[in-house]
Amino acid sequence: MYEGAVQDLIDELGRLPGVGPKSAQRIAFHLLQADAEDVTRLVTALTEVKAKVRFCEECGNVAQGERCRICADPRRDHSAICVVEEPKDVVAIERTREFRGTYHVLGGAISPIDGIGPDDLRVRELMQRLAGGEVQEVIIATDPNLEGEATATYLSRLLRTTVPDLAVTRLASGLPVGGDLEYADEVTLGRAFEGRRRVDA
Amino acid sequence: MHVRHLTLKDFRSYPSAELALTPGVTTLVGRNGQGKTNLVEAIGYLATLGSHRVATDQPLVRFGAAQAIVRGAVVRDDREMMVELEITPGRANRARLGKAPVARPRDVLGTVRTVLFAPEDLALVKGDPSERRRFLDDLLVQRQPRWAGVRSDYDKILKQRGALLKQAAPLFRTRSGKGAGRHTPRAGEPTTAEARESALHTLDVWDTHLATVGAQLLYARLRLLRDLVPDLAECYDAVAETDANARATYKSSLHEDAAKRLAEGEVPEIEELRVAILESIERVRDQEVERGVCLVGPHRDDVVLSLGDLPAKGYASHGESWSFALGLKLAAYRLLRRDLGDDPVLILDDVFAELDTGRRDRLAELVADCEQVLITAAVGADVPTRLRESGHTYAVELGHVSAHPPSAAAATDAVESESESAESGDE
Repeated sequence: MYEGAVQDLIDELGRLPGVGPKSAQRIAFHLLQADAEDVTRLVTALTEVKAKVRFCEECGNVAQGERCRICADPRRDHSAICVVEEPKDVVAIERTREFRGTYHVLGGAISPIDGIGPDDLRVRELMQRLAGGEVQEVIIATDPNLEGEATATYLSRLLRTTVPDLAVTRLASGLPVGGDLEYADEVTLGRAFEGRRRVDA
Repeated sequence: MHVRHLTLKDFRSYPSAELALTPGVTTLVGRNGQGKTNLVEAIGYLATLGSHRVATDQPLVRFGAAQAIVRGAVVRDDREMMVELEITPGRANRARLGKAPVARPRDVLGTVRTVLFAPEDLALVKGDPSERRRFLDDLLVQRQPRWAGVRSDYDKILKQRGALLKQAAPLFRTRSGKGAGRHTPRAGEPTTAEARESALHTLDVWDTHLATVGAQLLYARLRLLRDLVPDLAECYDAVAETDANARATYKSSLHEDAAKRLAEGEVPEIEELRVAILESIERVRDQEVERGVCLVGPHRDDVVLSLGDLPAKGYASHGESWSFALGLKLAAYRLLRRDLGDDPVLILDDVFAELDTGRRDRLAELVADCEQVLITAAVGADVPTRLRESGHTYAVELGHVSAHPPSAAAATDAVESESESAESGDE
């Protein structure tokens, strides 16, 4: 145990995800030795993030204004929506530069154990966006785990019944690129077999 | 396969232990509470990632220690493989195969295969259905490790669906009294009718997943049971020297028609089972919602064991139940041996004391050709002489293992002399 302010800092840092007591201690002493200027910048960043960042009214992604950068961009294809669980998934997909449509952030996945049902996710907002009739395709990109799959099943059923003309797709799951077949676990390999494609020669 | 060497660190009563083993019969003799079973329990843990005695890992770690290490050198087809497990209660275990750590402990399943028979196995016959389900599922995983994944997926789905049913239950129960409970909608929140609708929609999703994964598990169990039953009858008769027609039939929680077919030993295709599970869920939906419990699926099934026309549970004597449990384990052994083209390690923990002389001798005969048999006994004389003479006997005393030369083991029929030599021959 350290005295007063140092221990308070360690305790606060230790509450962050992925930071254990040892890491918290290391960060705390790093901050103690850092220039006052650097620390002020960190403090400002922390205050700003709480004060300025909001959630996009359209897609639920983090945003500076009413709408996020992607939703506000006229060059984006507004007829395709990619549904993801978290804002960090948007960043991951953006890195690919493959997708030029817009996103919809659900804010989690269906998980009754954690008390999260469809009503706790931004499903209603998604349906409102679809009501306009502009959207042609919805790509479901929830995580390929049990909860993500359940959410995907729920959404695809809901979409199929309420908006029959809509194209609903799900991201493929299979082998990682650049990896070795022998290192793939049996579930992934099984999925890859299920989703195999005909080779166009 | 056989275990050539076992190393323990802070496992149960052992601060550390080294035990060299050979193919053939090894008998561990020692008074009660000296740590015989701990040794075989450790080998069982390497094979199943679980103990046959306790459900949690905490008791496996020596009191006061943070973690336990179990390491085994296993020889199969003249190739040696090292498996190491680091057991830390409350955290995920870590495993190594050879020198390299593996991503998940599950990946070491299949390196060591054991069939362990212990006094606890009496519960297979006399205990709850969960004991028999666990027996089947454990055997499934030993046969094909990939079932471990299906099994854990199914458990997760069950938990999620169970949680959903519990949350939904009050919505359907308080039909008349809207003011009752914390589910009264506030302004702007969905009304009870809407909430019910939404709950049922979500439930549909979990039904689908439960049926898909449940059907796979059910299919695997049915196929396993079909392969196991002929061996069971043979092994029981061989141990008990009767013609008792020991049988095991699957008792399913599916709707009546399907359950009847499964009880007759039919093994339908996975797709057919999936549909049957969905139909059955549909029929009990009201009850499930009312009680907040998943009522259909492999987790509610049982295996009915019977001798002749009578169920073993309730009708069989203590000795018969014991022989039945032994028959199940020996049948499992034969099944694995046939499937894998290799002998699992057979562990007989404290078995002989419960059997009459005839059964002891016949059991000895049955296990004589196994590649490796590990036997524990409190009284050395309980183990038939031919078994002890054919292999090595070790004395276990207060967490120390000392080797007896095989000739000495053969000569010592009395326990006293064995424990005395254990004291003098400490490692």
